[in-house]
Amino acid sequence: MVDIDFTNTAVDEAAEDSSDVDDGDDLEEGESSDGEKDMGFSVGDEWSEDDSNETDGENEVSTSGYGVEGSDESDELSFEEDDTNDEDDDEEVGENNSLESGQGEHSRLKKKDLKKKSTSPLDKNIEGKNILKKQITHKSEIEAEHVEKPEIKIDEAKVAEVGEYKSDSSDEEDIRNTVGNIPMKWYDEYKHLGYDWDGKKILKPPQGDALDNFLKRMEDPNFWRTVKDPQTGQDVILCDADVDLIQRIQSQKVPDAEFDEYAPWIEWFSSEVMKMPVRKFPEHKRSFLPSRSEKQKVSRIVHAIKMGWIKPREKKVDTGPKFYMLWQSDDSAEQMRRIHNHIPAPKRNLPGHAESYNPPAEYLFDKRELKQWRKLKATPWKRKLHFIPEKHSCLREVPAYKRYIRERFLRCLDLYLCPRARKMKLMIEPEDLVPQLPSPQDLQPFPTTQSLVYEGHTDLVRSVTVEPRGQYLASGSDDLTVKIWEVATTRCVRTIAVGGVVRSVSWCPNQALSLIAVAADRKVLLINPHVGDRLVVSKTDTLLRDPPPQDVIVPERVKTSVQWEEVSDELWDTGVCVIINHFKEVKQVTWHGRGDYFATVMPEGQNRSVLIHQLSKRRSQLPFSRAKGLVQCVLFHPIRPIFFVATQKHVRVYDLVKQEMIKKLMSNSKWISSIAVHPGGDNVLVGTYDRKMLWFDLDLSTKPYQTLRLHGTAVRNVAYHTRYPLFASGSDDRSVIICHGMVYNDLLQNPLIVPLKRLSYHEPKNDFGVLDLVFHPTQPWVFSSGGDHTVRLYT
Amino acid sequence: MGGLRQKKYQSGEGTRYVTRKTALKLLQLSLKNFRTLCILKGIYPREPRHRKKAQQGATGIKTLYYKKDIQFLMHEPMIWKLREMKIFAKKVKRARALRDFRLMKRIVRNHPKLTLDHIVKERYPTFIDAIRDLDDCLTLCFLFSTFPSIRHVPRDQSALCRRLTVEFLHWVIAARALRKVFISIKGYYYQAEIKGQIVTWIVPHHFSFEPQAREEVDFKVMSTFVDFYTIVLGFVNFRLYQSFNLIYPPKFQGFSDCEKELVDERQYVSERIAALNVPLVQTQTGEEAEPEVEIDEFPACTDDPEKLEKARLEMERIKNLKTLFNGCKFYLNREVPREPLVFIIRCFGGEVSWNRLLFVGASFDENDDTITHQIVDRPNVQKVPHPRPITRQFHKYTLKLTLYICTTGSTVTKQFYVQPQWVFDCVNARQLLPMNKYFLGATLPPHLSPFVDETKDHYVPPEEKAMRDPKAASEASGDEGLSEDSDDDKEEDDEEAEVVDESETSDEDSAGDVEMKDDDPIEVEVKKNNPGDREKKRLEKKKSMSVTVGTVTKENPQENARLAKQEYRLREKMIPRKYHKLYKSMMKGRMERSKEAWLLRKKRRLNDEEKKMKQKAERKQKLSAAVASV
Repeated sequence: MVDIDFTNTAVDEAAEDSSDVDDGDDLEEGESSDGEKDMGFSVGDEWSEDDSNETDGENEVSTSGYGVEGSDESDELSFEEDDTNDEDDDEEVGENNSLESGQGEHSRLKKKDLKKKSTSPLDKNIEGKNILKKQITHKSEIEAEHVEKPEIKIDEAKVAEVGEYKSDSSDEEDIRNTVGNIPMKWYDEYKHLGYDWDGKKILKPPQGDALDNFLKRMEDPNFWRTVKDPQTGQDVILCDADVDLIQRIQSQKVPDAEFDEYAPWIEWFSSEVMKMPVRKFPEHKRSFLPSRSEKQKVSRIVHAIKMGWIKPREKKVDTGPKFYMLWQSDDSAEQMRRIHNHIPAPKRNLPGHAESYNPPAEYLFDKRELKQWRKLKATPWKRKLHFIPEKHSCLREVPAYKRYIRERFLRCLDLYLCPRARKMKLMIEPEDLVPQLPSPQDLQPFPTTQSLVYEGHTDLVRSVTVEPRGQYLASGSDDLTVKIWEVATTRCVRTIAVGGVVRSVSWCPNQALSLIAVAADRKVLLINPHVGDRLVVSKTDTLLRDPPPQDVIVPERVKTSVQWEEVSDELWDTGVCVIINHFKEVKQVTWHGRGDYFATVMPEGQNRSVLIHQLSKRRSQLPFSRAKGLVQCVLFHPIRPIFFVATQKHVRVYDLVKQEMIKKLMSNSKWISSIAVHPGGDNVLVGTYDRKMLWFDLDLSTKPYQTLRLHGTAVRNVAYHTRYPLFASGSDDRSVIICHGMVYNDLLQNPLIVPLKRLSYHEPKNDFGVLDLVFHPTQPWVFSSGGDHTVRLYT
Repeated sequence: MGGLRQKKYQSGEGTRYVTRKTALKLLQLSLKNFRTLCILKGIYPREPRHRKKAQQGATGIKTLYYKKDIQFLMHEPMIWKLREMKIFAKKVKRARALRDFRLMKRIVRNHPKLTLDHIVKERYPTFIDAIRDLDDCLTLCFLFSTFPSIRHVPRDQSALCRRLTVEFLHWVIAARALRKVFISIKGYYYQAEIKGQIVTWIVPHHFSFEPQAREEVDFKVMSTFVDFYTIVLGFVNFRLYQSFNLIYPPKFQGFSDCEKELVDERQYVSERIAALNVPLVQTQTGEEAEPEVEIDEFPACTDDPEKLEKARLEMERIKNLKTLFNGCKFYLNREVPREPLVFIIRCFGGEVSWNRLLFVGASFDENDDTITHQIVDRPNVQKVPHPRPITRQFHKYTLKLTLYICTTGSTVTKQFYVQPQWVFDCVNARQLLPMNKYFLGATLPPHLSPFVDETKDHYVPPEEKAMRDPKAASEASGDEGLSEDSDDDKEEDDEEAEVVDESETSDEDSAGDVEMKDDDPIEVEVKKNNPGDREKKRLEKKKSMSVTVGTVTKENPQENARLAKQEYRLREKMIPRKYHKLYKSMMKGRMERSKEAWLLRKKRRLNDEEKKMKQKAERKQKLSAAVASV
């Protein structure tokens, strides 16, 4: 009876245990009602891809259900339903999947733990202890009488079962006595041990005395294996298996003899995810039933397809952009907002012959050009051509151009990175820039060729002057002489030694006098050349023979700077009439138009550098009390009482009557060399050492009306013709340039200036070219004196 | 009293420009996107008149844009598209990082697309404007049509370029708009006249693509340009086709023969398009779309009759050019670049074909008797002594390709084997040139550029002179060509050539001393007139007491020139200071040009002399050999 009971309970226990485990699993699988199905989802994805091994109905349904979804991906059958919605669903599902799979894993882990617990050696130990306890109690009561020997037969399987499904709680023990877990000594004084399930006393089995015990020990062969059950007080004979078990435990061996300690370890619960979960229990029923919600979904989609609400997605064939008639007509523009002030990109240059695959041979580079081309590698824009011309004998041999893509790319860069601006392109030839002037042929007469050369001086001729009638010419030179020449024959009429370097000679403009003023070093000599009209010559002599009485007291300032000196007879014979001694070297002497006054310039004379002498009264005066700069030259106005003083950078114009400065002409140059006044008196020509000639219109402004840069080097001298509209300039580049300078009476018309002729006949000598030049008073001729010791006449 | 003081750079040029940095800030774009936007919208930096003012006093050079342009860009919907693209790229990147390829695929499928139609209309207000700007577009599209699929250049793009360019070529053929062609070392230049606008484009030689260093070429930028240009070209093509009553996505006449049934139709059509050899279908068959407009002569309408006459002449020449190859049938050998030649020949009315196996679209066979020109580009392997008629049964590869001319017999056809340059030169000369210089194996005459401006003072090679003045050309080059090519009357030719040479040299001599010649006649006259009775005459004259014969004042031209030059030199000095530098630089440029021309002339002369020497030496050698053999 007990036996049966025992086994039954064992089975029950097992059943209970399994169910327990199952429940736990369920609980762990989460609150979601269709946890199982969800699992199906999660795996279903995989199933849909690799053919489902499972052939259960549920799985089939799920695969078919998801086959629809899956096709979404494989593009076989697709829906045109709201895409995003669909996809959102998908996403959700995906998330669920991931969640689920996570949970699954979790549960699996738990189970693993469970298993581990059950098989862990600790548990075994506990179990072992229990059994040991049993044995000890048996041993302690070994002497107890063994009247009824209930045939307890515990086979190994049962033991194993008990061992397997054993638990710690007392509820699950095989309980016959209902007293509970109390110390059994409390019943020592009673006859009973406790109460059975029916409430009847469980009587203590009769206790034999010591003799009985002894006899039993002696007689009973099973005495050593008889133990007393403390609960029932019965003697229990342990079977062989029990004994064996106990012995094994005592010897600290694994209690189960069958257990193979060294069996190969099967790693069931590894990191590898298995296709089929390791589960001991069968699939739930739920998993075999088709999902209702899914069915509803599918039927809804099927219906939509039937009704034509869902259409399969058309395969997108990218045929490229669509073109249509964009512009309705060729040249009418539609009004719309456009880029501001658009500048179209310039077109590329078209290729020349050199770019041909078979150019004429002259376009090919020779060695020098090639080298040059290679040398400019760092600065390719300086190259004449951006490529090396090549010649191929036939079209077949023409290779692809290496830089083609690069060039196209550069063009692209130009188009969007290069700043654009409208540039005015000059469509003119350089000739158009040259001012249109009247032809020199129309402006004749003017000197065109050199006709005579006056030779005789032995050093450079610094100055030259012409007799007012134009018959004779005087020249002063560094060889300390003044020579008088006959213009027409180049004959040297007279040579007058003056005892000093002649810096300036000037013929008296008064035709009633035959007189030349000569500036030689510190002296100014008035020389009667004894040429020309005899009457005039003799008259001049008589006039200058006796000095006029000096009635005025000469101021000290003048006296220290200049002294008039009577000449000795010897000198008188040579023609020198008057000598005026200056305190500094005289550079220039110039006559007033009437021939009575003349001015001298001593550049080193500080505030006394300019002196005006009166011939008739033999009197000198210093017009300026203060130095205004280094005086270069001075000039009388031909008509009005005006005096020009050229300092280094300016020309000052003084009124001699009012004794004040009228104007200051700005030259804009570094160093003025000479100055000339137009016979009309309104225009002044200034020559400078910095290669310029400046034409000032006195009525117009103090700035030059025109700046002429005709010469290559310093301009030494300038001169106007008194009758013809001509002016000339001589410079260090050994040339005389004749210009037409027409001044009109009409005030509104500007003077016309036309360069006419360059005459360069002087020979080079010590870097001196033309030193002085002067026009013939009546003819369109010009004389020039130069560093080559000659005076030349151009006609 | 006077209100707030005006601050600097608050009006005028200082407010008109913005720097690139400011522009980026205004538009809230990255530099990359800004560049893309600039390319597509055609915005470019401007060069200000006063840089310092425009940069609000900042020194250095900054990239300046018109403020108005940037404001204009602000309203561009494309900016949003660009931002969307940025987001799209981020999404794709994320999906890839998550390895969620399904998601990625979905995102990629819905990628944002730029539509550029409105920009085309905005940038080119009129159709003519679009044509005017077609140069770069065509050149780049032709280049991209040869590209393989590389990074930044999707295959679609180059395929689209190919399609559009071929469509354009078809239209040019249909309209006969081609005017000039040129083979350069860079590629083939074509110049067409479309609606009165001159459009020039370059097609690279074969195998033009080669990988480029990253710092050399940025394909992304070019690809952006091409994005826009393809759209432009598409619209231009559409309108051009419409104006000629052609169906726009082109279709072909007689598209029925089943040469290739297996290939899908689209592919086939595109290949046929590429073949360029099939006329297109018109929307209204029968009448020509644009009959030739006859120019009416209104003598009063233009004041310059000369100009009118010139225009008329030009018109006539172009008319002739359009039918240049009418009646000619060309067969292209396989080594000849097919596409340019087919295009050119078809543009001027010729018929053309090639080996059927090489490419689709061959219209006739090599054995066709009506072929007039066979274009070959291979060396003459074996020199055949004299024109020997070749029967056409020989296979192409075994037969020695030589000149095959039959006398004008009506039954036998003429067929010439010419090199491809002949076609190009004919087009540029606007007439069928004599073929003797272009035969197979002949040394080709130089190929000249038709784009050289005649009005400028460049060096003009003798060949070009000959081209401009065909009369002189025929005289100069006629016998030269013969002497080179025909062997049988070589000797005679040589003699002729020598004679010619002599005459040339004598010419040169005479040219060398012009003065001598100038002086000659007078002296000769004097000599002739006064052999012996000079004295008598003199006496007679003295007797008659008439006015003596004055001697003619001889004007020395050199002296005159010198004087004139001197005079000019003086006048040159009178150039106002303002223009002095300009004048100087202009004169310098002129000087350089003339120097260049001089150098080229010199090189030519040396070259010619060398050539002549070589010829003479050869001749001498030949002669001596002949003597030795005798």
